[in-house]
Amino acid sequence: MLNIALPKGRLGETVYDLFERAGFDCPSIKEKSRKLIFENEKTGVRFFWVKPSDVPIYVERGAADLGVAGKDIILEYSPDVYELLDLKLGKCRMAVAAKKDFHDETVKTLRVATKFPNIASEYYEKIGRDIDIIKLNGSIELAPILGLSDVIVDIVETGTTLRENDLEVKAEILPISARLIANKSSFRFADREIGLIAEKMKELVTEHD
Amino acid sequence: MNDAVLTREEKVVFALRELYRRYGYLPYRMSKFEEYELYVRNKEFMVGDRVIAFNDTNGKMLALKPDVTLSIIKGGEDRPGEKQKVYYDENVYRVSKSTHRFKEIRQAGLECIGEVDLYDVFETVSLACESMNAIGGDYLLTVSHLGLLTDALSRVSRDPAFLSAASGCVAGKNAHDLKAVCEKSGVSDADYDGLCRLLAANFAPADAPAFLSTLPDSDATREIASLAALLAASPYADKIRFDFSLTGDVNYYNGFIFKGFLRGIASDVLSGGQYDGMMEKLGRKSRAVGFALYLDLLEALDEPEPGFDVDVLLLYGEQNDPAAVMAKANTIRASGKTCSAQRAIPEKLRYRELVDLTKEATKC
Repeated sequence: MLNIALPKGRLGETVYDLFERAGFDCPSIKEKSRKLIFENEKTGVRFFWVKPSDVPIYVERGAADLGVAGKDIILEYSPDVYELLDLKLGKCRMAVAAKKDFHDETVKTLRVATKFPNIASEYYEKIGRDIDIIKLNGSIELAPILGLSDVIVDIVETGTTLRENDLEVKAEILPISARLIANKSSFRFADREIGLIAEKMKELVTEHD
Repeated sequence: MNDAVLTREEKVVFALRELYRRYGYLPYRMSKFEEYELYVRNKEFMVGDRVIAFNDTNGKMLALKPDVTLSIIKGGEDRPGEKQKVYYDENVYRVSKSTHRFKEIRQAGLECIGEVDLYDVFETVSLACESMNAIGGDYLLTVSHLGLLTDALSRVSRDPAFLSAASGCVAGKNAHDLKAVCEKSGVSDADYDGLCRLLAANFAPADAPAFLSTLPDSDATREIASLAALLAASPYADKIRFDFSLTGDVNYYNGFIFKGFLRGIASDVLSGGQYDGMMEKLGRKSRAVGFALYLDLLEALDEPEPGFDVDVLLLYGEQNDPAAVMAKANTIRASGKTCSAQRAIPEKLRYRELVDLTKEATKC
């Protein structure tokens, strides 16, 4: 039986549909109930929903053999896992955004508000810019509007929230999408089962692409 | 000694000592402390780069040992033609990846230092398998050769940024991001496919000839072929997988590297390989191969015991004669049961049977 951690929310539901189309369905997951774990003995899979940022933890610690996590979460937490497939779902970008009239005068330390301090630090280190990280857990867009930060580093999907708040993307850091990840030990002992799932899902992703 | 009183970790340590002794490895004992400077100079070699440092009474900066191999290399000397074969089980002090605090970790392992040849690598890999076997349960040992990936990458590009990004992708079995890295560096589709074959490789020693026949001949492929042939004919053939996504710092490691996995434990429990680069950095001319087994991880295999802490709780009171209490307890123990004598019933003690002396006797 393979344990699979799915991210709660819209992305997780789309990802489950992909598993279903790949032949690893679990009908009970669609029933309304308070159950936390959904199992299909026939297909040999057991799904559970977890907070998206917790997926890599479940997989790295072996509570899940497989999981689906955004590239943003993987880069931020650097879990020791295999990244088997880009599912090309939940596509968005990690970007630097600021007020439209903001110009980065490099004479002073740049104040960066973000939920992703590691990604932000690495980006600015690469371009040699001195920064002060302000770690926030939500409503990041407020930070430059209220003067808490000069810029934000955050996920941008459509850009609507930015536009409506008079903010704009100043630089793109990297594209983001959902990835299929595997625990390194599980990959050793269940290589055939994991390989089969990855292969079937790859076929579907390639078809769709 | 009653086997039940030993923890899994202790049983494994005894079994490993016996195993390594049979192969002629000598015990290596060392101080808990080491010169702080040694770790500052070689922090890339260690798992984690932080150590617990303190000043000795003479003002010298010391550290609680975070690593054993460095001390063994530092303490030895090169003797042409000879090999130093030692084993250890020691506590080391490192920052835990999960709690970000220092943790005492029990580590066992062995090192073979000198004119290391194919036999020594074969023996070390065999002992790694035997060590995993001593723990019990299902295990697998993944073996890689750093030269194979280094050769393949350097044939494609010498750009350090490409090499770093591409080896990261190979280590994560991440073919999709590797494609992007290759496209950015103008790497051909054929070269990308070649790197993907290394990234996806996962085969038993007997399948090595077929895999190697697709690669250009090199020192690495010849070494892999020789070791694979030995391992294919060994008792561990079905416990070994060649997997070239297993990588290491090429400044320290070279040639073969390997990691051991136990079913039921989420990360590797054994890690080792050839580390001639480290020897050279420490001014040694000898070659070296060895491995470490992280015994603290074995805790994950222990199921919580559903039973009792003691068989009999012997309850006595002020009125009971201590000699009579002892005699009663000894009678219980003589029947093979464990017995805890108490004045009151401890809230958290799980006992199978209660013998209440307070109702039986009065003090003489």
